[in-house]
Amino acid sequence: MDILQICIVIAVLILLVKPVGSYIYHVFSNEANRTDKIFGPVEKLLYKIIGLKNRSSMSWKKYALSMIVTNIILVAVSYVILRLMGGLPVNPNQTGSMEPSLSFNTVISFMTNTNLQHYSGESGMSYFGQMIVITMMMFTSAASGLTVAIAFIRGITRGGGGLGNFFEDFVKAHTRLYLPLAFIVTLVLVGLQVPQTLEPTVTVNTLSGAVQHIAIGPVASLESIKHLGTNGGGFFGANSSHPFENPRPLTNVIEILSMWTISASLPYTFGRFAKNRKQGWIIFSAMMVLFAAFLCLTYFSEKSGNPLINQLGIGSSQGSMEGKEVRFGVAQSALFTTVTTAATTGSVNNMHDTLTPLGGLAALSEMMLNVVFGGKGVGLVNMLMYAILGVFICGLMVGRTPEFLGRKIESREMKLIAITILIHPLIILAPTAISFMTHLGTDALSNPGYHGLSQSLYEYTSSAANNGSGFEGLGDNTVFWNVSTGLVMLLGRYVSMIALLGVAGSLSRKRTVPETIGTFHTDTKLFAGILVGTVLLIGALTFLPVLVLGPIAEFLTM
Amino acid sequence: MKTTAKFEEVSHGSIWLIALRSSLLFIVICGIAYPLASTGLAQLIFPYQANGSMVKDSTGRTVGSELIGQSYTDPSFFQGRISSINYDAAGSGSNNYAPSNPELLKRVKESITQWEKENPEVPVSEVPIDLITNSGSGLDPHITPAAAEVQIPRISALRHIQEDQLKQLVEQNTEGRDLGVFGEKRVNVLKLNLALEELSSK
Repeated sequence: MDILQICIVIAVLILLVKPVGSYIYHVFSNEANRTDKIFGPVEKLLYKIIGLKNRSSMSWKKYALSMIVTNIILVAVSYVILRLMGGLPVNPNQTGSMEPSLSFNTVISFMTNTNLQHYSGESGMSYFGQMIVITMMMFTSAASGLTVAIAFIRGITRGGGGLGNFFEDFVKAHTRLYLPLAFIVTLVLVGLQVPQTLEPTVTVNTLSGAVQHIAIGPVASLESIKHLGTNGGGFFGANSSHPFENPRPLTNVIEILSMWTISASLPYTFGRFAKNRKQGWIIFSAMMVLFAAFLCLTYFSEKSGNPLINQLGIGSSQGSMEGKEVRFGVAQSALFTTVTTAATTGSVNNMHDTLTPLGGLAALSEMMLNVVFGGKGVGLVNMLMYAILGVFICGLMVGRTPEFLGRKIESREMKLIAITILIHPLIILAPTAISFMTHLGTDALSNPGYHGLSQSLYEYTSSAANNGSGFEGLGDNTVFWNVSTGLVMLLGRYVSMIALLGVAGSLSRKRTVPETIGTFHTDTKLFAGILVGTVLLIGALTFLPVLVLGPIAEFLTM
Repeated sequence: MKTTAKFEEVSHGSIWLIALRSSLLFIVICGIAYPLASTGLAQLIFPYQANGSMVKDSTGRTVGSELIGQSYTDPSFFQGRISSINYDAAGSGSNNYAPSNPELLKRVKESITQWEKENPEVPVSEVPIDLITNSGSGLDPHITPAAAEVQIPRISALRHIQEDQLKQLVEQNTEGRDLGVFGEKRVNVLKLNLALEELSSK
């Protein structure tokens, strides 16, 4: 039954890829289509309100600038709100304002689509903050990421130098994708018992006569966009393992599909833009191969359980249940963990700190590679970057100038790609090393031995990959962790975005070269193999040493 | 090139202005209009679910939420999972013990000792692992059907109710997998204990 339910979810996802991928293509291809009738008038009104008079295509620099300026303004407004939250309305539980370093970390975390949380939702965030900062940023950061991915796709598939109009894309991502979907998913979740209320914490006398305070709030409206936008920040501290955020296996499946579908459909969207659907499917299958490998590792490791507990002679056939919920069991927990670290969502329905060493290794590795589906924008764009690297390596082997989608890959593109590939391990490994050189870092570790190293490593990997899950035992609400992870999140998000928009801008100005008999085709199974190989080779070379010191050492010594 | 000339129509100054106006617009739409509209509609269509699925006992007193676990100090109740926060639903979470953490092993051993003391008739090898591990949320409302069944001998002895009756009670309160396939079979401990109280008072 475990394998069956996992396969059903994957099958549903694969069935959704084509319709959703086509829909996203129609939204952003800017050609007239049926959906204009419904959304067109609303969008016209919104363009008018924001003062967007002409929707002409932007150069890559202007596109990047528009995105960054919008994000800066959102960050500034949100920071002010968090600092003053205690005195603002819609605060029935009288939550106080947030201190500066935690506010800094929180606004960066949500703007960069990371959703690392060093606060606990129940005590650290008012309902007003949950709505106007957290929920709002879950929309706008997802839309920012998606528009960059679309601009990148346009750049490498179309000529002329223009990547599209950022503000038009930004509005459309909301009106045609996130807002309608979030509204529907919210109502479905409420129907399946996720709360949605502005009433304060409920106090009851329990069956055994004790007093129980039950935190509640506008949960469902946050929960839906949290997954649709691959954000991942929980309303409650325990995130999607909390029964109010994720009350049933069915809501678990809905949340998995919500965070997975758009990311997994983007390769198909890319195929439509490239006028080569097979190219899209090749990228998709490379991602799926990697995903399946990590899912198997997580599932079988969790199912075989913790040997130290199993040898005490209890009935351990369920697998490792520490940190997991009974309604999900190992199957729905392992699937959720693999999807959330693949899609860089970072919501958790079980505590990743309590995962068996190899289960934790799979979660870490997916974030380190950062190409297995990925969040809005990041995953596909990173995978395409590896595709370009793949043809570059192949080109070197046969001594030809490498081409991708009919455009020559030259030194300018390769330099920008090298920056992107190098920045990711740099901002993971360097801060991890620094955190072990000072008691500011080591004091936060809650588990002894090799697992302690994994805790710090996971925190920075999650920040750099803009994932946001954590080995949550880490005592991370200190100035050191708030500032250092805040900086890592900023670099992890914007350096690669800007560099890759630069690649797209540069490629879009190139003339296409005609296909010859010597052209290396990138829409073949062979290329899917090369792509997976490139990803694993680069990833393994970079991260294997630190993985040996953390989860692998823990596994071997248990 | 003609195309490049077209890009320059948007000046840097106007980018700041458009960015400011679109930021404010989406703060209002996504941060205020959307959650409030969701709340209004949810309260209208699903008032029970939207307000936390609160359950009442036979006298009509609200005793908690069916989704949130509770702690039962009295061993004559069915016990839920271990919660490091003692089912305090004003917060949530767990100790986050790594599998290799000695504290985890110590806690599990203590649970086993306690089990042996309270349930002399059921050997430890029959105790399912969910009963002696901490849930992720610390608020897990469920246990597996097997975890309910192994508690029957103890409760039968303490409450003087036949084991068969209790077995029936557990079966009645067992929820199947969602749509017959997703998730695990489970027993809601609060609902089971409410039913148990009703049976005892008869």
